[in-house]
Order: sequence, then structure tokens, then C-alpha cells
Amino acid sequence: MHSTDQDLVIEALDIHKAYGDVQILKGVSLQVKRGEVVVLIGASGSGKTTFIRCINLLEEIQGGRIRVNGQPMGYRERPDGSLVRDSERNIARQRRDIGMVFQRFNLFPHMTALQNIIEAPIQVLGISKAQALEHARQLLKQVGLADKADHYPSMLSGGQQQRVAIARALAMKPQAMLFDEPTSALDPETVGEVLQVMKQLAEQGMTMVVVTHEMGFAREVADRVVVLDQGELIEQGPPEQIFSAPSHPRTRAFLSRVLPEVSAC
Amino acid sequence: MNFNWDIFWQYLLQPSDVYLRALWLTCVIAVLSMALGCVLGLVAALMRLSGNPFIQAPVRFYVWLMRGTPLLVQIVFLYTALAAGGIFRFEDLDLGWVVIPGNLQAAIIALGLNEGAYMAEIMRAGIAAVDKGQYEAGRSLGMTFGKLMRRIVLPQAFRIIVPPLGNEFNVMLKNTTLVSVIGVQELLLSTQMITSATFRVFELYLVVAIYFLLLTTLWGFFQSWLERRFGQSDRRPATASRRLFGNYTAKLLRGR
Repeated sequence: MHSTDQDLVIEALDIHKAYGDVQILKGVSLQVKRGEVVVLIGASGSGKTTFIRCINLLEEIQGGRIRVNGQPMGYRERPDGSLVRDSERNIARQRRDIGMVFQRFNLFPHMTALQNIIEAPIQVLGISKAQALEHARQLLKQVGLADKADHYPSMLSGGQQQRVAIARALAMKPQAMLFDEPTSALDPETVGEVLQVMKQLAEQGMTMVVVTHEMGFAREVADRVVVLDQGELIEQGPPEQIFSAPSHPRTRAFLSRVLPEVSAC
Repeated sequence: MNFNWDIFWQYLLQPSDVYLRALWLTCVIAVLSMALGCVLGLVAALMRLSGNPFIQAPVRFYVWLMRGTPLLVQIVFLYTALAAGGIFRFEDLDLGWVVIPGNLQAAIIALGLNEGAYMAEIMRAGIAAVDKGQYEAGRSLGMTFGKLMRRIVLPQAFRIIVPPLGNEFNVMLKNTTLVSVIGVQELLLSTQMITSATFRVFELYLVVAIYFLLLTTLWGFFQSWLERRFGQSDRRPATASRRLFGNYTAKLLRGR
């Protein structure tokens, strides 16, 4: 019923999610191989954001399985097949392996950029402060913000904040990174710097699942593009195929609406 | 007008030992009651935010009870009525180096219990004002609830809580006078005792008023220092939300 392929980092199988009576996800499955960059696209309300939030259990699911590195994520199966949520401590432990970047950055406003990055490695992984600081400075350099270490988030631009947020997630040395519309809240002129950092990350072989409206990024960086529509995965394939020869009529309809606005990446 | 300047200046500038002890006691009661109130308030706020109706219910009841009855009645009830009913009697507590009288214990507990109800609402508002994205960021980094609260949420909530907390302590300083009814010799009761011997009521009550004014003014300076100290990192957004919440909580507290 599920693959035990060692190269699979994320396996989501038949995910069902509803808010009350409203079905958001109607059985979405996705497998992500190590080093693969998967871009989720689809109209607003298609469930793509909800789907990646389900992967690291920021949303509870009503049905389906999630595995990260082959380990079931957050849920244990009862003998009768029903799911029971795992303990808070176990879920917290499992979340360490998945980095998440949010649309609204969600940096800790009472900490400097550097403190934001070392917080979880010290508090959660128990790494020594010296070691965490060294790694953090290296990550800040990687995202091009070595000179902003002591700045508080309120003193940084949106693009800079998002790059700090990416560094913060990377500080946990995650197996995979989830990006939830990382450039949607940014001023147009700072979108490029964030996409550039993400592109570098992809080139370094990070496993990534990206929800975005940046079709240029999808076309250029994605190994695979996945199209969601009304809570269902309607089509997936390499970007050239999806963008030049989409097979599903709803994909064609969606792309015809967004492609005139493709921004250069 | 019957006013003796000599007596006024004498009591204002050369307070007797009894009076100084009373001043000390007022401060001790206020600080300890406030500390108790903060602890109770935090626990109550976390219980209120738990989402579980069975955990919320006792807190709702507690807040309802404490805010719905006069503080003076609560003080007398806890110390005098419970003892008279044969339910509980506060005994003097001998710690070896200091004896804590029963009425002082009752005073601190009564004021602290009352304060806890108000602090619960303030802390609930402060914690609730922290953006949900902060919880998600913390959780996605693998933090457990305790770490998330201690490291991420409470430090941010604290900045929102400081202004109303300062107001609460100001009120607390003045409310300590109420425990004079159970015989705790703080500033008001000491003043009453001196006036009953000297009959200089006008002068002495003016002096006690000035002493309280001094205490609350000093606290006011400390409070603005606190606000500057804890608003530093995130000046722009924090000031805005702090102002908003200061006013909001102040609104909640009106009518006391």
C-alpha cells in the first residue's frame, strides 16, 4: 500500500481534509524523492497551501497517511484502521526533519536575525551555543545577509525577513523544506532575491516542496510541477510538459489565467 | 481652619518607627500579593486558552466570583468569616527568623486571589494577541508547547501585558489599605491609630495621602522604565499593539 523506497523523503497518501462540511482535500497523494523539487500550483482555494501544512501537521487530517523518511508522521494506526494522533512530544520530534517557510515569514520579533536562527537548534536540538552561532553565521552568509545578524525583523525588508526565515529553517538541518507561498507577501522588487536563494538551495540538492504563484520559478527550478484543483491533484509532470502541453482542461484554464502575468525569474 | 503645620511637617518628614514599619508592610503586601496574582493569573489564562470546556469552567467561575464581589468583603470573608464558621483559621506562621501573623497571610492571599482574576484576563488578552503565525513557526521548528510558551509566546505577550500590569500594581498599592479591616498594621491602620491618640486627623490623613502619592509616583517611573526596556527590540509594531491593548484592557478594568 505504500512504497518503502529509501529515496522517498515525503510520502503523502490519499490525504483528506475538511473544515466542517467543506472538503478542502479530497484524497491527494504525493511522493517526493530525495533532492527533488516539486512545485504545487493551482488557483486560490485549490488546497495547495492546506496540503503542505498537512505534511508537517500544522493541520489535522481526517484521512490518509503521511510518511517522512519512511516513518509515519503524527498518526498511529489503530487495529481497526482508524487514525489516532500521536503525542505532542513525538510530533514535535518529527517536525524537526521538515523545514517550513511561511508566506508571512513569522520571524520571532523579539529576537535578532541571528537569535531567530540559533533559537531552535539550541532549544530543540540541544546544540551548544558556539556551534549554533557558527552555523547561523554561515547560513546568514548563504542567504546574503551576513551584515544583518544583529538586526531585529522590524528593521529588515520583507525579502530580507524571508531569507532569514529560510536560514532559520535550514538551521535545523532538515531533510526537506516546505515553502508556503514564500513570495506572495513581498514587494515585487524583493521577490527575486528570495527566489534566488531558493534556487541555490535547489541546486545544492535540497528536497523541496514549493507552493507558489511564480510560474517562472516553477518552469526554471522545478523537477516536477503538480497541479491541484478543488482539492484534487489533477495533473503532474515535468514543467515543460505542464506549461507547454497540459493535458487536463482545468490545468489549461488555470494556466491561461495566470501565464500572462508570469514574472521573470 | 484647624490645621497645625508643625504636626504636618513632623509626621511627613520625621515619620516614627511605627509609621516606617507600616510603610514597609504596605510595600511587602503589595509586592507579594501582586506576585501571587501574576502566578494565578498566568495559570488561569493558560487554562482559559486551553480550549477544553472542563478546564475553562473553573477559571470562568473564579473570575466571575472575584470580579463580582467587593474586595473588602473577600478580605473579611477569608480571614474573619471562615474562622467564625469554624472552617479555616489563619494561624501565625513561625519561620524561625520571622513570624508571619495570620492576618498578614490572609491579607496577601485575599489580595492575591482577587488580583489573579484581573491578571487572568490581562494575560489572556496578552497571550491571545500574539500572532498565530508565531505558534506555527515555533511548532514547525519542533518546539513542544512548554518551550513555545516560554521562549516565543510569553516574551511577546509580556510586552503587551506590561502597561496594564503596571496599572494593576498601582491599584494594588492603594488596595493594601483595605486589609486594615483585619488588623494588619499598614499605613492606613497606623494612621488611624496615631490619630486616635493625637486627634490630628486632617494633618495625618494628608500625610498618608502624600505617602501613597509618593509610592505610586515612584512606581510610575519604574513602569515607564519597564516599558522602554521591554519595548526595545520591535519598537514600531510593539508600540502600536501595546497602545491598543493597553487601552483595551483598561476598558475591561473600568467600572471597578
